[in-house]
Amino acid sequence: MLCDHCKERDAVVHLTRIVDNAVTQLHLCEKCAAEKGVETTIALPQHPLGEILQAVQQQATPASPADAAACSFCGANARDFRATGRLGCAHCYDAMETSLRELLRRLHGSSKHVGRKYDAPRPESLAELDARSELRDKLQRAVDAEQFELAAQLRDKLKVME
Amino acid sequence: MTRQGPLDLSLLPDGGVRWLDASGPNADIVISTRLRLARNLVGYAFTGRARDGERLRMLAQVKEALAHVPILDGSVLLRLDESAQLDRQLLHERHLVSKELAGLDPQHPLRTGAAVFLGEQVGVLVNEEDHLRLQAMRSGFDVPAAFAMASRMDRELGERVPFAFHKEFGFLTACPTNVGTGLRASVLIHLPGLVLTKEIGKVLAGLQQMGLTYRGLYGEGSEVVGNFFQLSNQTTLGRSEEELQDLLVRVVRHVIEREEEARRVLVRDAGYIIEDKLWRAYGTLRFARSLSFEEAMNFLSGVRLGVGLKLIPGLSVYTLNKLLIFAQSAHLAHLEGRALTDSESNLARARYVRQVLATEGSGVE
Repeated sequence: MLCDHCKERDAVVHLTRIVDNAVTQLHLCEKCAAEKGVETTIALPQHPLGEILQAVQQQATPASPADAAACSFCGANARDFRATGRLGCAHCYDAMETSLRELLRRLHGSSKHVGRKYDAPRPESLAELDARSELRDKLQRAVDAEQFELAAQLRDKLKVME
Repeated sequence: MTRQGPLDLSLLPDGGVRWLDASGPNADIVISTRLRLARNLVGYAFTGRARDGERLRMLAQVKEALAHVPILDGSVLLRLDESAQLDRQLLHERHLVSKELAGLDPQHPLRTGAAVFLGEQVGVLVNEEDHLRLQAMRSGFDVPAAFAMASRMDRELGERVPFAFHKEFGFLTACPTNVGTGLRASVLIHLPGLVLTKEIGKVLAGLQQMGLTYRGLYGEGSEVVGNFFQLSNQTTLGRSEEELQDLLVRVVRHVIEREEEARRVLVRDAGYIIEDKLWRAYGTLRFARSLSFEEAMNFLSGVRLGVGLKLIPGLSVYTLNKLLIFAQSAHLAHLEGRALTDSESNLARARYVRQVLATEGSGVE
């Protein structure tokens, strides 16, 4: 049955209305129903993953070597992902890159991050950060104790580091 | 420095509920704004797949790093995995932890290493679905302020611990629905006008077309009670943090206008009926001897509308916000100092609401 309104899509919402004791039946597709403000269980937000995962699964070639392989870091594979809807670790994104890219496009309309760029701190920069904050603490203590000569030395050291 | 110990609410900065104080923009319609960033650390499996030891090591690493994060200076560490159920429920009722982290969701039993660091209007949820959820809460409709705080936590902590980041997909999360920015901005909004004028279905359908989603009072999987809705962005990837915020701000602003319009229509077309309905809600709250949670929420919704329309004078939005949180079961049990059965809880709720309205709403007549 086609939608009474757009006459294009299948009607999925069947609305019985009683106006002045006259009963009318309206058959609408999901889109027209939503536009008319008819609340349906279909329109309620549902976790979209289940359905989409299934669709992506059907598309993916079963022999895809990337999907069959387990993630080298956490041991999860594509089957685990389909069962839980959750990835096992950050490396899973590399292990399942191709099918994930398609999934992300469906979920977000894009697979490309355009937000904040980030570089994780390197261990040596962390050590430097610690050294700097230790120096700052020492400097504060020297100032508090009015050891100005020491404070000046510490400040110079900090300047070099920053 | 971070303190650790059994749950003592007086230790929490502002009891963790400063966002209730109704000081923010549009506070009569928007109760609060929350912004959270999902982050995971390099070197560990995501929480759901990690072993107990891994989760504890990750927590220890974060704890050490947070000692150097100025915005969380003086924060309190609460180990949910070592807390009694009632305490966990209390934190959940305050919207400080998610149901999953608190181990209150039957699908997700309490995890070893589940913890939360709570600072002033900010928190870091540890071992939720993602290793970290950096969360900021503000009173009223204030997305920029909430983002500024969450973003500062993100920068300060991200210098100390390595976050999992992918050059194409952005910040990596356990669930692909959060990947990219990891940003979820949401407002807790009260829409009785749109519900009463039956416009709400249209508005919610419109929201979804704009890329927003709605949930109930407690977020994902919760029901809508008392005409309170949580509106948030649906997608996290392919748009920048600023674009995602702009979208939410624009749409919520529109929803607020629609709500205000609906309220004007109600007063114009059904003035005395509405006035009578709202005063009856007040009367019930003021004098009832037993109130279920749903009843209390629905009557509070009516009184809130009455205060918003200036039909019920002498009552502050802050008092109403407080009732919204403190009239919940775990809070009542905390107040009474013992676990309560459902019917005891209903009696305690009615008693508490009566007391608050008698003392803080004495100008109402």
